[in-house]
Amino acid sequence: MRDAVSRFVRDGDTVVLEGFTHLIPFAAGQEIIRQRRRDLALVRLTPDLLMDQMVAAGTARKLVFGWLGNPGVGSLHAVRRAVERGYPGPLEIEEYSHFGLLCRYKAAASGLPFFPLRGYRGTDLPRVNPHLKQVTCPFTGETLDAVSALHPDVAIVNAQRADAHGNTQIWGLVGAQREAAFAARRVIVVVEEVVPEDVVRADPNRTQIPSVVVDAVVEEPWSAHPSFVQGYYDRDNAAYLAWDRITRDPAELERYLDEWVHGLPDRTAYLARLGEATRDRLRPGPRLAGPVDYGDYR
Amino acid sequence: MTGGPGAPTRAEIMVFAASREVRDGDCVFVGVGLPNLAVQLALRLHAPRCHLIYESGVFGARPVRLPISIGDPCLVSGAAQVLPMAETFLYFLQGGRTDLGFLGAAQIDRYGNLNTTVVGRGYDHPKVRLPGAGGAPDIALNARRTVVIARQDRRKFVERLDFRTTVGWAEGGTSREAMGAPGGGPTRVITDLGVYGFDAETREMTLASVHPGATLEQVREATGWDLKVSSSLGATEAPDQAMLRLLREELDPDRIYLKG
Repeated sequence: MRDAVSRFVRDGDTVVLEGFTHLIPFAAGQEIIRQRRRDLALVRLTPDLLMDQMVAAGTARKLVFGWLGNPGVGSLHAVRRAVERGYPGPLEIEEYSHFGLLCRYKAAASGLPFFPLRGYRGTDLPRVNPHLKQVTCPFTGETLDAVSALHPDVAIVNAQRADAHGNTQIWGLVGAQREAAFAARRVIVVVEEVVPEDVVRADPNRTQIPSVVVDAVVEEPWSAHPSFVQGYYDRDNAAYLAWDRITRDPAELERYLDEWVHGLPDRTAYLARLGEATRDRLRPGPRLAGPVDYGDYR
Repeated sequence: MTGGPGAPTRAEIMVFAASREVRDGDCVFVGVGLPNLAVQLALRLHAPRCHLIYESGVFGARPVRLPISIGDPCLVSGAAQVLPMAETFLYFLQGGRTDLGFLGAAQIDRYGNLNTTVVGRGYDHPKVRLPGAGGAPDIALNARRTVVIARQDRRKFVERLDFRTTVGWAEGGTSREAMGAPGGGPTRVITDLGVYGFDAETREMTLASVHPGATLEQVREATGWDLKVSSSLGATEAPDQAMLRLLREELDPDRIYLKG
């Protein structure tokens, strides 16, 4: 992880960290904090705890997003302090609906300059975001909304498994990982397990991201904690609740970053600190899919 | 909070009223919290064939526990389909496959337009920065029916929104159709005090019923404009003991969403 972040994430980059509630790249984001990257434009459909940490740690100059909050709990207080009071520094924001930001990824991933949608008519969003425009359909004459392509410098996505080449498999919520990866110039994939290539090739429908767009594969178990990985561990809801208390107080947030990020060398140390009991609590029981027969066509 | 043990709370009346908006066979865009409870209740009562859609990319969810977020892993296990989020919006919403969507709001005006972006007039330095749009604008624009669930007071029910995140009936009358909005617009607003519909011509929010334990005076006091009241104003139907038992013992046993 240290090498991947050090090689592929640079000061000033536009960095997409995707994973919708599922597979949130916490370990990668915290490594970015640890390496003290600066002036990043952070892009994410739902900036949650991770973005609150990254903003509080001073990595971000800008936040591009669709929905800003601690899901099921409340506000992101560090982000709010930055937006409402410019504390500890100013934070530029650029906001979309989820669909609008997804369409920006899709445009870039598809090699298009923009993506048409029916999305923003009748709202105040175009008034505060110059990237929201309208186009006329050349076939029907209808006025459509449009968003521009977003080409991130780096996309970081988590997944259950990948082979060493970067063919990456996800099950459960697939979010916007594929769109973000195809849209980005550089891609880091962080997985629970690196598996032999024949495991991936035995089930190609499950591959969301192909090796050809991937620059680095990092194997790091529990790297999405406190979010979840379908079939591996559950969401640590207690951590989301605890965050509400931590982030309300800048001093306490600072202590959290010192203890859990700067004070630890890597994710292995994080897991040791988290403890075996917490991990046991979060492991789900099995619920296996039945095998399918792809057929052998020799 | 109304009554002692046995009597429904305001939150339980809200959930029950919301469950009545679900029709059997509907494709429903569900949020967490009260809408999720409402749809779970509808599934067990009168709409066993409704389909639960979550913007996280799940169609036909069958959660075996109470989901804490719209991306809870329990929504995936046992679902009929999981698809990329972009396709959920593209095909289920924009493609016109959604019958009903539930929304919440920090502010709502008389035409059912919603604000979830900022409180205070200055966008650049807001008094309170709220979560923002999420999936709401697209649900409101494209679903055939939209139901808004919110607790009611004068700071929420406002004459003028500080920011319009999500369009309802726009400026009323035919203004929503005129802007080319494909969906049906808001049909109901359900609060902790009453249930509202919208006038078929002016599209203004109209009080349809007051919850047991609340009064018309309380409702007017909690509304920031001169509220229209239906000529056939009634009392909101309250859930019976069997429904309450279902809600309290099976759907939200820890009372995560039903408190108060």
